[in-house]
Amino acid sequence: MLKHLLASAISLGLCTTALADTLQVPLIWLRHAEAERPVLSNLDPIPEDRGQAGAELGLSDNLTTGKFLGQDYSLEVIEIPPEADPLPDARAALARSPYMVLDAPAETLLAIADLPEAQGAMLFNAAASDMALRGENCRANLLHTKTSYAMQTDALMQFARAKRWEDLVLITGNAPEDAAYAAALTASAAKFGLTIAETKPWIFDADMRRNAAQEVPLFTQDLADHDLLLIADVANDFARYIAYNTWTPRPIAGSEGLRPVSWAPVVEQWGAAQLHSRFQDLAGRDMTPRDYAAWAAVRAVGEAVTRTQSADPTTIRDYLLSDNFELAGFKGRPLSFRTWNGQMRQPIPLVTRAALVAQAPLEGFLHQRTELDTLGLDAPESPCTAFQ
Amino acid sequence: MTCKPILLAIPLLATPALADEMWISNEKDDTLSVIDIETLEVVRTIDVGERPRGITFSKDYSVLYVCASDSDTVQVIDPDSGEVLHELPSGEDPEQFVLHPDDRHLYIANEDDAITTVVDTESRTVVAQISVGIEPEGMAVSPDGKIAITTSETTNMAHWIDTESQEIFANTLVDSRPRHAEFIKEGTELWVSAEIGGTISVFDVATQDEITKIDFAVDGVHPDRVQPVGFEMTAGDTHAYVALGPSNHIAVVNAETYEVEDYILVGRRVWHLDFNADRSLAFTTNGVSGDVTVIDVASREAIKSIKVGRFPWGAAFRPTGG
Repeated sequence: MLKHLLASAISLGLCTTALADTLQVPLIWLRHAEAERPVLSNLDPIPEDRGQAGAELGLSDNLTTGKFLGQDYSLEVIEIPPEADPLPDARAALARSPYMVLDAPAETLLAIADLPEAQGAMLFNAAASDMALRGENCRANLLHTKTSYAMQTDALMQFARAKRWEDLVLITGNAPEDAAYAAALTASAAKFGLTIAETKPWIFDADMRRNAAQEVPLFTQDLADHDLLLIADVANDFARYIAYNTWTPRPIAGSEGLRPVSWAPVVEQWGAAQLHSRFQDLAGRDMTPRDYAAWAAVRAVGEAVTRTQSADPTTIRDYLLSDNFELAGFKGRPLSFRTWNGQMRQPIPLVTRAALVAQAPLEGFLHQRTELDTLGLDAPESPCTAFQ
Repeated sequence: MTCKPILLAIPLLATPALADEMWISNEKDDTLSVIDIETLEVVRTIDVGERPRGITFSKDYSVLYVCASDSDTVQVIDPDSGEVLHELPSGEDPEQFVLHPDDRHLYIANEDDAITTVVDTESRTVVAQISVGIEPEGMAVSPDGKIAITTSETTNMAHWIDTESQEIFANTLVDSRPRHAEFIKEGTELWVSAEIGGTISVFDVATQDEITKIDFAVDGVHPDRVQPVGFEMTAGDTHAYVALGPSNHIAVVNAETYEVEDYILVGRRVWHLDFNADRSLAFTTNGVSGDVTVIDVASREAIKSIKVGRFPWGAAFRPTGG
């Protein structure tokens, strides 16, 4: 059931010269799979190695740098099926390395972060966008390279504000993450002075691949007047069938249409094309937001090890949370970590399936520290106390 | 006597090639724009390979080398006719290069392959390939020809290559995303710009030790967006003109004190630049606005914008004896 893989420097053909002086930096990639929700469309299958391939690219980037500096990185891959208990494997893995990149639901993240073996370790959340993980349930040993829902929805609302699309309506799916995303959309709308006039739950269990043209016009006919139609459907079960079938012709945004994402193949500027091409060579597919989050976590450790010449987790944590840390993340601005909740601050591209439309923070949204902190939970509103 | 200026003007008009030129590579148009430095107008547009970026002339200006990145080749062009004479093997995705003082060897950064390729332009063969960090870009060779530098954008290093053995003899860390390197002050100092780090690191070439780091701050622009990329030195290496990317400014750095003396507003996403013969004019490539800004060095003012192709990237000066 468990798949343990060891990708070491040697297996990648990058031998370091002086092994005696080499700084060894083992990393763990641990995935506690979530049961996948059935969705209507088969067009966007979830890649088997989602996230993991990003971690592997980060490893390869670290190894190239490391070979010039006498640093050797390795990545151990641990896969745990949804029904299995992840804690025994996590415990054992933490004995082998203090650096663990996690692709797991919020409950698993918290359970691992609370293990006695995890105290003093550096865990990275590369999958979950839940707000509570950055708020009341934050943990001092858990940093987040995945963007939070609020970062994503703040980006979208900055765009709506800049466009003066002030009247909004929202269609929400029925999954718990849809409710979380809808709550973030609602909070972001309020933050930027916009109103969601109406929220309407999606009610159909029919196959929209055949029925969208009949059902969606009627479903949207009685919506309040709006400039922009928001859709909270994180798994994109029905959102893709809304466009062009609405009663009134309005742009759509959120889970379909204009999407705020942490990464997408349409991001081409800022050297992003090179990252895409390296990822394509490695994985043979497009790089997803979770791949990006995993890549950023592994690279953050690599960058901190390079700058501090240390593999000690306390030294690395201090450096990651200091003003000195910056990661070149191919989004035009250096990425860094928020000291109040461990969230990696980063620009949010607003994309369609074919192009980058804009990138938040948008011009004109100011902040006394950095404009990147106009996205997501800012220090004064953060209920997280673990980092104090 | 009054007709003398007219007499002078006639041959100039008849043979416009006599005026010095600034050559610009247009990354998204697959063309070069040739600017007449007298009239400050584009006088020729030349079709080249895909995605031209780095451009440089041979020491006698008889041929132009162009990195045609997406064609995976370096093209050798006759600057008079604009014809492609032949192509050089370059390794994959050549982005930027530098011509060794021997006028014969090109040191080429292969961005997608983490390799520096050394090409003999006479025998048209690859004489060495050197493994470097990820996304190599900035290239420089010391004036005595002994040291070549490659900077790698994701590895955040300057790699010091011994041109005798073609092997790396030192690696120095710089700030995030190094983009450009230059030897200055007769090769005693190496400067390396870091785009995301927002700095230029200055190294003592003899020891490879960092002497200082130059910071930039443009009024009204967040530090994150002040991103030094290409830079070139004024006459006598007294000042560096530094292109600051999306902050749309050129910084003027005093090379003795390492202080920034001025910021000059230019076009959008300023990337590289070059000077005319006496270095009284600077020509900057502005990628997003698709133009070239001409700066008067004495007054440190932008005096003209010249529309070129889409996404101008590199600039190279060519004297024509006019």
